[in-house]
Amino acid sequence: MKSVILSAATRMLVPAILALSVFVFWRGHNEPGGGFVGGLLAAAAIALLEKAEGRARAARALRFDPQSIAAVGLGCAVTAGLWGGLARGTFLKGMWPFYDIGLPFGSIFLFDLGVYLVVLGTIAAILFALEDAVSTDADPGSGGD
Amino acid sequence: MEVTLALLAGFLVAAGAYLMMSGKLLPYLFGLTMISNAANLIIFASGRLSYADPPLVAPGETAVAAGAANALPQALILTAIVIGFGLLVFALTLTYRSYYVLGTIEMDHMRAAEPPEGQG
Amino acid sequence: MGKPEAGDGQAGLWRLVPAVLAAAAFLWFAGFVGPVSRGATPEAVLPWAPSLGVEFSLRLDGLSLAFALLIAGIGAICLLYAAAYFRSDPRLTKLLVTLSLFAVSMLGLVLADDVVTLFLFWEGTTITSWILVGFDHERASARAAALQALLVTGLGGLALLAGLLLVGGEVGSLRLSGMNAAGDLLRAAPIYPWVLALVAVAAFTKSAQFPFQFWLPNAMAAPTPVSAYLHSATMVKAGVYLLARLSPAMGGTEAWFWTLAPVGGLTMALSAVWALRQPDLKMMLAFTTVTALGMMTMLIGVGTPEAVLAAMCFLIVHALYKAGLFLGVGMIEKGAGTRDYMALGGLRGALPLSFAAIALAALAMAGAPPFLGFVAKEAGYAAAGDLAVAVAALVLANALMVACGGLVAIRPFFGPVRSPKARPADPDWALWLGPCALAMLGLAFGLAPGATERALVGPMAAAVTGGPIHAHLALWHGFGAPLVLTLVTYALGVGLYLAADRLRGGLAAAEPRLPRTEGWYDAGLAGLTAFARAVTRRVQDGAMTSYLRRTFTAFALLVWGALLLGQAFRWPSLAAPPDLIDWTIVILIVLSAGLVLRTTSRLTAIAALGGIGAGIAIVFVLYGAIDVAMTQLFVEILVVIFIAIAMVRLPATGPMPFRPRDAAVAAALGIGIAAGTLAMLGTDLDRFMTTFFETASYPQAKGRNVVNVILVDFRGLDTMGEIAVIVIAGVAAVAALRAGRGALR
Repeated sequence: MKSVILSAATRMLVPAILALSVFVFWRGHNEPGGGFVGGLLAAAAIALLEKAEGRARAARALRFDPQSIAAVGLGCAVTAGLWGGLARGTFLKGMWPFYDIGLPFGSIFLFDLGVYLVVLGTIAAILFALEDAVSTDADPGSGGD
Repeated sequence: MEVTLALLAGFLVAAGAYLMMSGKLLPYLFGLTMISNAANLIIFASGRLSYADPPLVAPGETAVAAGAANALPQALILTAIVIGFGLLVFALTLTYRSYYVLGTIEMDHMRAAEPPEGQG
Repeated sequence: MGKPEAGDGQAGLWRLVPAVLAAAAFLWFAGFVGPVSRGATPEAVLPWAPSLGVEFSLRLDGLSLAFALLIAGIGAICLLYAAAYFRSDPRLTKLLVTLSLFAVSMLGLVLADDVVTLFLFWEGTTITSWILVGFDHERASARAAALQALLVTGLGGLALLAGLLLVGGEVGSLRLSGMNAAGDLLRAAPIYPWVLALVAVAAFTKSAQFPFQFWLPNAMAAPTPVSAYLHSATMVKAGVYLLARLSPAMGGTEAWFWTLAPVGGLTMALSAVWALRQPDLKMMLAFTTVTALGMMTMLIGVGTPEAVLAAMCFLIVHALYKAGLFLGVGMIEKGAGTRDYMALGGLRGALPLSFAAIALAALAMAGAPPFLGFVAKEAGYAAAGDLAVAVAALVLANALMVACGGLVAIRPFFGPVRSPKARPADPDWALWLGPCALAMLGLAFGLAPGATERALVGPMAAAVTGGPIHAHLALWHGFGAPLVLTLVTYALGVGLYLAADRLRGGLAAAEPRLPRTEGWYDAGLAGLTAFARAVTRRVQDGAMTSYLRRTFTAFALLVWGALLLGQAFRWPSLAAPPDLIDWTIVILIVLSAGLVLRTTSRLTAIAALGGIGAGIAIVFVLYGAIDVAMTQLFVEILVVIFIAIAMVRLPATGPMPFRPRDAAVAAALGIGIAAGTLAMLGTDLDRFMTTFFETASYPQAKGRNVVNVILVDFRGLDTMGEIAVIVIAGVAAVAALRAGRGALR
């Protein structure tokens, strides 16, 4: 059930949306955007790719197992928390080691990255699992596979 | 607009509750979505509304300019939307799986956990 | 698995760790004996819930210290005993851990000075007791006994909390020491009878007084070291402890006397008679434990300094000899294979150490000189004085204890040799060390009554009466009424011992015809179960729609209740009426929702659902919530994609006829929500937090997007919880999709 038009459009759109999602995430601390919005946007791109080109293509575009991406995201957030906790004694205390040289990297950025990865990974994981189930499950009325 | 939103939230809750009580799986999910939308609207209205700028600190300033929208309810709703989405998707997968396992979309016929007396 | 003997022998020195810790605690507490006997009361206070006046506070006075020494000392012995008794049992770890938890709870109970702290530890002992009584959880009888102990003592725990909080409200202090200082105020208060009733229920359930006495003999389903520790030496004395502890606050009234003394006396007399009925030595000891608890309750009810001194002395004596006897009976069971004295005899040669320990403890129980038991009994007679009924009950109970002492110390050890085990022998050192030590201690205390009184019993009694005690303990009181009564007791006891077999037969024959107080427990439990079943059948009909209807009805009732019964509210002003754009969006949303309600096409419904979401996203954009709007929009897209995928496989819903009843419930709820929201909008907006976030966002958190800064910095912990929930929802959803395919097909 592949549509040529959708397929062609997707090939151009998906990289653009993914780039946009990274941009939205990146500027989120100072302009509208952030981890939640960026993650949702990236997940929407993956969903679009999946519908147009199939699950295998979408999984390849993602490169990593989506549940692992979500787990890494949660790990980023916890690490960001421990960073402030160990350095300043307050869990999730914001740390900005490079702020003075003009780089906005720090524990808060890491935390937001965690949010981004969790949202993207989780949605992609459910999407793939649902698609797998739909494509392999027989009709319940038909009485067997 | 707050007053209108309050009435709108009430309407969405009523419609959502009615759908959830239908006993069918898909309308149940639709109703759930409506109620979580209504909850977000109520939180949004509680921060009071005006045609305002987003709560951003302009370059060169150290605080948000007076008259900007209330940032607090926005932060609450933003996560609520994502959590609500997670809940909905989870409910959807359960719906899907229970339809396959139990063979019905009528929720009242799903009696695996509480079989009718005499069949336990 | 390859080495079945691995659990034996020296394989686990760790087994001794709890016993060593308890012994260390004993030594630590022993260091306080000197200061406390001179009147010091060390305290430790930690704030807990300051706004409620609740603190975690401990206080050590004479009463607490004596109990702490018993708990730690007998605890060390019982933990050592348990480690040996269950040496090759895989459940040993569970037993030792639970026993240690119990010991900590019990120590906390007797050291607590704050009411809530006391209650917490009180419940801790109840719960650990429940686990330990049900230790043999494969046996239905053990489970039933455990549940009974839990329910009866749990009931008492609730009464305790209610009673003590009432006292706290009356005297304005949640400290037990504060309550004791305000005794006159409390005794004159109108709530005094209620408080007394509640505290009495707590004490009577915990210490197995009539009519709650039945749970304690049933609790003998627990293993021997547990029975020795919890159900004779320490936990069952918690009720007595409570009465003693609150004596200065509540004692000394007519009501106090008439509540405690008759119940204690009745319990004492009845249980002593029933002790003779038991051929099982452990059951017999359980009934005499109830006897002893009744005696202490009665003496505390009498409340004179002499009576309190006698009660406290007897408390120490009883803890020592009864723990020793229980452990001794456990040695007989290990060594000879049974604890039914009808099947035992002539074992003094084969089990010399068991015999020595039991004989010494039994002499203390019988109240023979020069044991401390004799001292306590004399003091009891002196304290009962001219209360003829009390004296008669005491004589009867003491005589029966003489008889029981004889049964446990003579029947298994003299006469022709009888034993189910072919070669009966004493068990190893870890088992006999404790009982022998306890027996020797009982003798030593009796030989030095003056020192015992100065160090232990005197400070205890002083804490109970609230002032120094002028009565004294002594081995020799001279010729007088107590001595005569003691001689009568011995004569009667010997007679009862000789007639024991005939009396047991008679009691066994009479038992079925007598009323049982356990009946109310059985009836209550059955009634509760029947009630629950009836309610369940009525409420839980298994239909999802009924549950939802009830949930929404209850929700609507709550909202309307708050609106109609709550504080008066004002409606919000309509200063800024909605304009054309607002109306357009609202109408779009309402129409979409109406479409979802009416349509039978799933595709239309999903499109309309998207319409609602898009409309709400526009509201967010218009009113300055750009981040929220983007989130809403992308979520809406993903919702439509997900439902569309799943829908491929789900059948059409079919026509949905109008349901007036559901519509009424939904309308009531919706109108309530709208009205509630309007009422909320009528209140003043507090912008304190918003202002903080607006001004602190950039200077403190280095971010210009306030919403994002709140999410990832100021309220980062919330967000972390939320992404964890998302991950969990994802794992669960994937699992639901992958697993269980076709399970019921």
